[in-house]
Amino acid sequence: MNSTASMEKEMNDHTIRIENLDVYIDSQHILKDINLSIPEKSITCIIGPSGCGKTTLLKTLNRMHDDIPEVKITGKVYIDDLNIYDKVVNVIDTRKKMGLLAQRPCPLPMSIFDNVAYGPRIHGIRKRKIINQTVIKYLQYVGLWDEVRGRVHTSASRLSIGQQQRLCLARGLAIEPEYILGDEATSSLDPHSTKKIEELFIKLKEKYTVILVTHTLRQARRIADYLVFMYLGEIVESGPAGEFFNNPKKQLTREYLSGSFS
Amino acid sequence: MRIIEYEEKVFKVIMIGAAMIILGVLLYIIGTVFFKGLPSLSWDMITKLPGGGFYLGKEGGIVNAIVGSIYIIIGSLVISLILSVPLVMYINFFLARDSMFSNIIRFALDILFGIPSIVYGAFGFALMVYLGIRASLFGGIITVGMLIMPIMMRSFDEVTRLLPRDLPDALLSLGATKYEMSKVILRQLMPGLVSAILLAVGRGIGDAATVLFTAGYTDNIPVSLNQPAATLPLAIFFQLGSPVAEVQNRAYASAVVLTVMILILSFSARYFSSKFSKNKI
Repeated sequence: MNSTASMEKEMNDHTIRIENLDVYIDSQHILKDINLSIPEKSITCIIGPSGCGKTTLLKTLNRMHDDIPEVKITGKVYIDDLNIYDKVVNVIDTRKKMGLLAQRPCPLPMSIFDNVAYGPRIHGIRKRKIINQTVIKYLQYVGLWDEVRGRVHTSASRLSIGQQQRLCLARGLAIEPEYILGDEATSSLDPHSTKKIEELFIKLKEKYTVILVTHTLRQARRIADYLVFMYLGEIVESGPAGEFFNNPKKQLTREYLSGSFS
Repeated sequence: MRIIEYEEKVFKVIMIGAAMIILGVLLYIIGTVFFKGLPSLSWDMITKLPGGGFYLGKEGGIVNAIVGSIYIIIGSLVISLILSVPLVMYINFFLARDSMFSNIIRFALDILFGIPSIVYGAFGFALMVYLGIRASLFGGIITVGMLIMPIMMRSFDEVTRLLPRDLPDALLSLGATKYEMSKVILRQLMPGLVSAILLAVGRGIGDAATVLFTAGYTDNIPVSLNQPAATLPLAIFFQLGSPVAEVQNRAYASAVVLTVMILILSFSARYFSSKFSKNKI
């Protein structure tokens, strides 16, 4: 009995469960009754045509809608077995668990070093040595350290777009999140930089749960373990990548995969 | 030669000519002021109050006007900063991008920008009469404040509009609080704010028409807000109006003081904005 309970807990750890989630912006019904669980330590790609609610769904996971008065959210989002829309949950703690990689890289107006150190600093780490180690560790992790080692104290805005995006990833990782969210994180990058970011995502899934919104089916084919296909605010189909691509259950999914609409 | 090549040449000459004329005018003005003013400029001039008969060629200086101008500009700067920062934050961060209301405000500011300073002076004077205030430091501060406010608001607004929209989201997603977010945004906006301030100060400190009726003129340094205050532009005006050649030369020396103050402000504006913008996105 006891072991079943602990097993169940084990299964729920580090996963995201969304139950009966509805999102409205003004009177528009953007997300309709979303029920989804996202497996841990894997890459889940959310795909679908523009305006289907992919980004809105991603943003509900770190409560980025909080400050927009027009947005109304009902339903539950469990992260590590905790409903993040519960009144007792602190929004800062939720966001700290989530590393977000935005569509376009947005370095902070400070040096490369300070960009990565910013997160740990605002979360209360003061010791220079620890901050130094953290910065070097994550710059190395994203493969930027060798490229910038002589100029970590120069402005981050002088890096190329691809380097900036990797810096943003390092910055997000430095707050030591458990989940990585990517919102079309490669759409502004050249093919070479895209490849580097994709390789990083594959490396990241060993330690983190990665959830990506992607516009390109080819990217999803390359890196996804699980797929979620959305259309007009609803989840049409979701499942493991192999099954999803080779044997889609719904007609709409087959049409989307064959490129009849995008 | 083909006609388009002639065209190209002609326009190139016009463009270079225009640039040269601007540079020439600047050098000519600065040259005249310094050439005429430097011989009369002395330590007494910038440290002493005007003695009796100063405007007839007797001893003294214009420290009353220097200090008066500094008082007025600092006061008006404080007033316009108190109003500018909230206004710019409101039309940029609270209203939707390019909303109707924010564009109306921008349009209103552009009109205020174009109003001649003598009109501000007259308006300030009418306001003071209505409120029963004498020509004083306070009146000067209010009126110069009105003059420089639209300049500061518009130039600060322009740099704020260029703020990357992703920056607030990037900060929030790292778990920053609103206060921590504002600190970074303010740092990003700092060069813009500094140049807006210095631009406004440069314009306000040299304006004679606004202070003519409102601040009055005195040979003393004001010690309270309701005493009249002398200003550099008016000191130049009164000395230049003197029939005594020596006093007229002192007017140019006063102009040197004012020009140097404005030059220092402009150079520091450039310095600060390049220093702060080192890490700008």
